[in-house]
Amino acid sequence: MTGRTDSPSGPTPTRGARAAFRRNLDKVYGWYTGGFVVFVLVLAVLERFGLSRRWIGIVFLLATILLYAGIGIMSRTTDAVEYYVAGRRVPAMYNGMATGADWMSAASFISLAGTLYLTGYNGLAFIMGWTGGYCLVALLLAPYLRKFGQFTIPDFLGARYGGNLPRLLGIAAAILCSFTYVVAQIYGVGLITSRLTGVAFELGIFLGLGGILVCSFLGGMRAVTWTQVTQYIILIAAYLIPVMWLSVKQTGMPIPQLVYGFQLEKVSAMEKRLIDDPAEIEVREIFRKRSVELADKLKDPRAALAVDKADAVKKSADLKAAHAPDADIVAAEKALYGLPKDEAAARRVWTAARAVADVKAKPLNGMPLHTQQFSGDPHGDAGEQLEFEVSRRNFLALIVCLMLGTAALPHILMRYYTTPSVKEARESVTWSLFLIFLLYVTAPALAVLVKFEVFHVLVGTPFDQLPQWMVAWSKVDPTLLSVADVNRDNILQLNELSIGGDIIVLAMPEIGGMPYVMSALVAAGGLAAALSTADGLLLTIASGLSHDLYYKMIDPNASTARRVTISKVLLLIVALCAAYLAAQKPADILFLVSAAFSFAAAAFFPALTLGIFWKRATGPAASLGMVTGLGITFYYMLMTQPWLREIFRVTSPVVLWWGIQPISAGVFGVALGFAVIILVSLITPAPGRAVQHFVEDLRYPRSGAD
Amino acid sequence: MPHHEIELSESRRRHWRSNLRVTGVLLAAWFVVTFVVTFYARELSFSFFGWPFSFWMAAQGSLVIYCLIVWFYAHHMALLDERHGLQEPEE
Repeated sequence: MTGRTDSPSGPTPTRGARAAFRRNLDKVYGWYTGGFVVFVLVLAVLERFGLSRRWIGIVFLLATILLYAGIGIMSRTTDAVEYYVAGRRVPAMYNGMATGADWMSAASFISLAGTLYLTGYNGLAFIMGWTGGYCLVALLLAPYLRKFGQFTIPDFLGARYGGNLPRLLGIAAAILCSFTYVVAQIYGVGLITSRLTGVAFELGIFLGLGGILVCSFLGGMRAVTWTQVTQYIILIAAYLIPVMWLSVKQTGMPIPQLVYGFQLEKVSAMEKRLIDDPAEIEVREIFRKRSVELADKLKDPRAALAVDKADAVKKSADLKAAHAPDADIVAAEKALYGLPKDEAAARRVWTAARAVADVKAKPLNGMPLHTQQFSGDPHGDAGEQLEFEVSRRNFLALIVCLMLGTAALPHILMRYYTTPSVKEARESVTWSLFLIFLLYVTAPALAVLVKFEVFHVLVGTPFDQLPQWMVAWSKVDPTLLSVADVNRDNILQLNELSIGGDIIVLAMPEIGGMPYVMSALVAAGGLAAALSTADGLLLTIASGLSHDLYYKMIDPNASTARRVTISKVLLLIVALCAAYLAAQKPADILFLVSAAFSFAAAAFFPALTLGIFWKRATGPAASLGMVTGLGITFYYMLMTQPWLREIFRVTSPVVLWWGIQPISAGVFGVALGFAVIILVSLITPAPGRAVQHFVEDLRYPRSGAD
Repeated sequence: MPHHEIELSESRRRHWRSNLRVTGVLLAAWFVVTFVVTFYARELSFSFFGWPFSFWMAAQGSLVIYCLIVWFYAHHMALLDERHGLQEPEE
């Protein structure tokens, strides 16, 4: 019997000691929050007195990273219970804050509002999916896992299903989803650090990595927990304050969540005006023609390239012959050298350019109406009806994947091992969800307010009066922001502006005309979000390897100190691997994050929930269910996702099952996982009495016979 | 631990049944808010303080209901544990 006999939960602190601990925490974090407010105000005053932007960025970055490192050093430990589960004495609210920071990653903080800006209602699948999943955590998993009271999720699989195979599969799956996720976080860290201080991207990654490592390396879960609480406070303040500021500016009300409905009405009215605006129509027509021209060229790229080359050579020669100004000659030479090198390159460049032109030939720069639910039309012709059906189905499938993935990501579930009791684990989910809710309920408001600002202020501005921040951001990376006066009327039309989702949040303070200290605050918030998630993920991977693989399977006699040391070494290796991969800038970061959710849902959700609620579920069935669930998810992604197809050189035509996009591949894995576990359980011998007792024991907070 | 066939005390059995019932009801609420409302999102687009109703539900309403579901469960289960004498021992 695992779970009870060698229970490592240690002596439960008395109620009085717990209350004193809690009071002390309140005091420390109260002072910390006050200190942070003063810090921001001092910087704001210094900015008035002329402190440069670069220095504000550097001070912000160093101060926050030093803070996290300081907490890491103060919380250093070699005790196993402290290292893996923070001594199991984290009060519900603080565990909620730590879970919030653990949960809200660079994707939530930086990309989510941008996705909502670009896709309107259709992006709300992320909002519902990433919050509603906590209902499943609360109702189906957290209290039972806390009662189990060990260290990791593979621990649970090993104890419930018996034998090393389920544990090994659990380790593999936990590493697969945590590692894909952590690469994306470290990439985010590099991006923000380099923006904030102007250092190179790779250096930014290693600076941030230092912050992550000092913390999780020295103090494990204990240090990570107390750092994540401080990171939650920074990130939520950094998200809410600028949106409130923008809301006051636009509506006079400081609570954007209550009033942005009216801004949304105005945005919808402006959308209608922009669709019919003659200048917009003119710009769209130019892009439509451009797309047709490119389509012509793509019919015979070799001939088209030869014609282009001849034209460019001739133009350059003509200019030289006519003794034109040097600048013109240089420009012509540049155009000549800028031509694609060969036929294959030409095909690639022109196909990409045509895709861009096709989007920009659509009304509203290719964005759907902000309030339009799904695409297509249920009352239109057959094609429109099908489009509607498929887009609605994909929206629902994405919600399923995100919710079940939320309820299965090991780094989140692990957090509920750290509370003092089952009761506090349940309360802690309430706190987690509420504290996460604060950000997710604000993101759609932010998207609408920024859209209002863009439609209302930016569109229609003469090109020579565009705000300074646009120039600055387009210099940083033209894929994030670029403008071109396509119809040469010197007025910015919506379709002449290309805006990447990732800068909506980072550029919002500048869009709203706030002081630079706000931009630095937002960047520090994004950094906190990325670092805190990376901390939690690295710890999950390291404890999976050191606790589950090494201690439970290779050397059960290893001393605690040895296990913790091994965990620390592994943490270092994994972190360096992830940083190395992130520095390669893998093609599709957003896909990596969503793939992690699908993997987690397919691998863990059926095995965990059936393990708790169905005593008849057997070990072989669980192993088989995890393998087939993960297998089919991976297979479907491999066959349908462009980036994976390219890596694994899949050339067969893309066949979607029921029109489901690869991002939601997890729905097939979860369905198959449940089916396999149930069917195989029924044809394998029922689990023995020890397992029956084990499951019974999970179900009540108080153990033993009564 | 008893070493014969698992025999649960009546209070444990009732506690678990009650737990399953409240879990089932709350999951049903979760399902309706998440999937049924979303399925009919196009039909539910009457104006609600400026938002189309289904937009507001997806952006705010469902989130509030999720919070209430989780809060209610924690509250209810704490009472249930105490009623059946199954709360964790306090030292």
